Amino acid sequence: MTIIAAFIVIVFFTVAFIPFVNVQWKGIITVMGVVIVALLSSIPALKALAGQDSEYLFRGSLVTGKIPVRFDALSGWFILVINFTFITGAFYGLQYMKPYRSQRANLSLHCISFMLLQAGLLGICVLQNSIAFLIAWEVMALTSFILIIFEHRKMETINAGINFLIQSHVCIMFLTLGFIWVALKMNSYDFKAIALFSASNSLLTGIALFMCFFVGFAIKAGFVPFHTWLPYAHPAAPSHISGIMSGVIIKIGIYGILRMLLLIRSDYLVIGYVILIISLLSGIYGVMLAIVQHNLKRLLAYHSIENIGIIGMGIGLGCIGMGQGNNLLIVLGFAGALLHTLNHSLFKSLLFYGAGNVYQATHTMDIEKLGGLSKRMPHTAILFLIGSLAICGLPPFNGFISEFLIYNGMFTGLHGGDKTLVSFIVFGLFGLALIGGLALLCFTKATGTIFLGIPRHNFHHLPGEAVWGKLIPMYAVVVLIAAIGLFPKGFMMALSKPIGLFIYNPGNNFQPGKLPAAEALFMIGICSAGFLLLAGLIYLIKSRVTMRKPQPVNATWGCGYTGATEKMQYTASSFIRAYRKLAEPVLSIRKKKKEIQGVFPAAGGQETHPYDKTEEWLIDYPLQQLKKFFNRFTFLQNGNMQFYILYGLVFITLVLGIPFAFEYIKSLLNFLNKL
Amino acid sequence: MISFILIILASLFFTGIIIRVKSITSGRRGPGILQPVKDVIRLFKKGAVYSKTTSFVFQVAPSIYFASILMAIMVIPLGEYRGFISFEGDFVFFAYLLGVGKFFSIISALDTGSSFEGMGASREALFSMFAEPAFFILMGSLALLTGHTSFQEIFASLHFGSYISYILGVLATFVLAMITMVENSRMPIDDPKTHLELTMVHEVMILDNSGFDLGLIVYGTNLKFAMYGALIANLFMGSFPLYITIPIFFGIQVLFAIAIGLLESFTARFRMNHNAQYILALSSVSLLIFLGVLLVLGQFN
Repeated sequence: MTIIAAFIVIVFFTVAFIPFVNVQWKGIITVMGVVIVALLSSIPALKALAGQDSEYLFRGSLVTGKIPVRFDALSGWFILVINFTFITGAFYGLQYMKPYRSQRANLSLHCISFMLLQAGLLGICVLQNSIAFLIAWEVMALTSFILIIFEHRKMETINAGINFLIQSHVCIMFLTLGFIWVALKMNSYDFKAIALFSASNSLLTGIALFMCFFVGFAIKAGFVPFHTWLPYAHPAAPSHISGIMSGVIIKIGIYGILRMLLLIRSDYLVIGYVILIISLLSGIYGVMLAIVQHNLKRLLAYHSIENIGIIGMGIGLGCIGMGQGNNLLIVLGFAGALLHTLNHSLFKSLLFYGAGNVYQATHTMDIEKLGGLSKRMPHTAILFLIGSLAICGLPPFNGFISEFLIYNGMFTGLHGGDKTLVSFIVFGLFGLALIGGLALLCFTKATGTIFLGIPRHNFHHLPGEAVWGKLIPMYAVVVLIAAIGLFPKGFMMALSKPIGLFIYNPGNNFQPGKLPAAEALFMIGICSAGFLLLAGLIYLIKSRVTMRKPQPVNATWGCGYTGATEKMQYTASSFIRAYRKLAEPVLSIRKKKKEIQGVFPAAGGQETHPYDKTEEWLIDYPLQQLKKFFNRFTFLQNGNMQFYILYGLVFITLVLGIPFAFEYIKSLLNFLNKL
Repeated sequence: MISFILIILASLFFTGIIIRVKSITSGRRGPGILQPVKDVIRLFKKGAVYSKTTSFVFQVAPSIYFASILMAIMVIPLGEYRGFISFEGDFVFFAYLLGVGKFFSIISALDTGSSFEGMGASREALFSMFAEPAFFILMGSLALLTGHTSFQEIFASLHFGSYISYILGVLATFVLAMITMVENSRMPIDDPKTHLELTMVHEVMILDNSGFDLGLIVYGTNLKFAMYGALIANLFMGSFPLYITIPIFFGIQVLFAIAIGLLESFTARFRMNHNAQYILALSSVSLLIFLGVLLVLGQFN
């Protein structure tokens, strides 16, 4: 209880102080607040992960009833993930926001929102009363809206922000619907009522209720086809906010789905299949679109969709395991999902911070204009490279560990599965392997064109390396990335409690100390270390052998043409041209082409503008139809005061007249009946 | 352990045999089968020229590429005898390790800032991406058939009982052989002996590598050949004792090399823009294997 009280007091005082202090202190106070709040909330979270759940009851009000704050292993895990990303984000943001110090009021709002966002997210993880939960959810939605529109003078930023705001509220609508349904039947807002409700009703009701929540949470998490807000919001926000959004805000949707899985008893097999299909779609579609993007942050945003897909695959597998009572599948599926949640929050925030460094050095996010930055910004280049390797799921980094768990779950599911399950799993394997390959294509493109080769554009100021204040949080993330890659078994062990919550029949054959795949993970850790050593050894031998040999530096081999021009380099678009040709039927890419003609040709050129086909169909088309329909009534809005008074009169007449007419007709009918 | 040594041995003469077969079919005598290794040793002794546009990536990439192949070889068993590394799901590790090597070879090609190398890198990335699913579906089918999830256990318990399983063996060999060709950028996908940079895939990526680095890359290709040859040999080894499996191993490696030599002598390279579809079609062959496994397991009864 003291911890919660201290938590509330610190959040309150930080928020209250920020507007009144000097501009350089605003950031520092926020960072301090974030760190203290993170440390405070991590104590019960760590205890919960160690097996000591705790519960506090707030008295609440007449409307809400008692408000329980429950720390269990699942919320503990998410609290830790949120806290780590917020701490690195706060430190990174402190440096990132320095150029904006002239906008004092805006900065105050930004800092307050940042603090409140963390509090909101942590609240969502522990509050188990529907109304309190929704309030925390709303706090999160509004504060992240404010954080996104920091550069609100730009048209696209404000557009992206409003898009985000609307879709967040569609999400809240679905959640409210689900909560109201339960509250109506059970007359209680406690989450336990949800469990009771689903236990006392048919499986079908459970599925319907779950789907209601699932759609709500899926909008937040960014599953296809509910993802359309995501590629706008991420590029519009400042980089540390993009990192946090992609790292933890969308993960809160995953938390919601997992929490509902724990509460709602229903036909898990059906749910598992549905989640698996949607996740496969999200994974493949997300990365397919990511490849054709020209804006670095947009590319990363689409990769978030892909990674949410991978997390979803783990959840889907776990659900199928729950449906079948197969503990092995449950453990591997949920362990993969939970670990990938952490992993993705790490490497994605690292990549977004890297993108932030690039943006502040060059003031552009257009990949086609960048190039050769590794010589100007060596640290950022290495950090971005590590992030790229991790996100492609390559050993020795963390992305591989969680993907390995999901692969392992799939292969486990093959044994003793029936035809349907086995076929699903084979398509899952196909999908996951394809996602891996596509991610490789995407990130070789990103790293290769941004950091390698020669610059493609002459900037007014030569881009330079970011300050250490930005690099240190990034290196901190890398340390954790490498730790998970090299000591995966420990992290798997840490996950044993949250996974234990999902175990169908705990006494059956599940022992927390003896997790499946733990041996394999241990071996992977050793082999990854061995791989690093081997590569280092070979490099050492090479430098020893070639030390005394001549090593002249010369121009790149140009097939006889050695005129150095950056225009001859392969661009990002040409790198993926073959892929784009293949994927064109699925994607929606607008092209503008001006062919070179004649003996003395004028300048030619080609532009491609990737667009999202699901957005075209699910958002743009219905909106267009709605607009068309409502446009028919524009004649009503003609600007004449007389007409508006007339509308008022007509309205009053109708309000009074219709019930009167109704009564009259009813009595008339009665009269006729009597006849 | 034993498989590692055998694969290294096989890598010494594998490309030599291919070159010899190609020479003989085109009416020449050709070099001795150890010539490729001698070339590599010569390269190791040379200095190197580095392009002035390159960065640290270009320096470390060949070492990482070579290390990834060596690590991948350690995973491969010989029948019952496990490799250095063996655990549940080790073939996932195997595939992703090769992915690391590929990642670095692609970005090191982009590091030179040459349009040719960018072209090769683009193709390599695309082709290998499409080859990945085929491998995973194949391994998934074999895992389903045998009920195990590591290379060694799968290969040790793989035995051919019915007609269908023979067909499966043939199809699996085909898929693995084609993956070998894709991964090594050989004939139906890419022509290593082509003279025009515009039509190359792998060769054009390494135009700027020289000396020790080039030696690592060239020898890496030899190792990769022997590695996939060993995988194919494993399909037919079962749990025989060593004095049978070792001759089987070398027999299949030699046969495989001869087959590649003949294939390269008598076929032409595919059109570059059709390659991707062709490689993706490999996945459907893998799916056929999967359906065959379902048949064997009696899931359709």
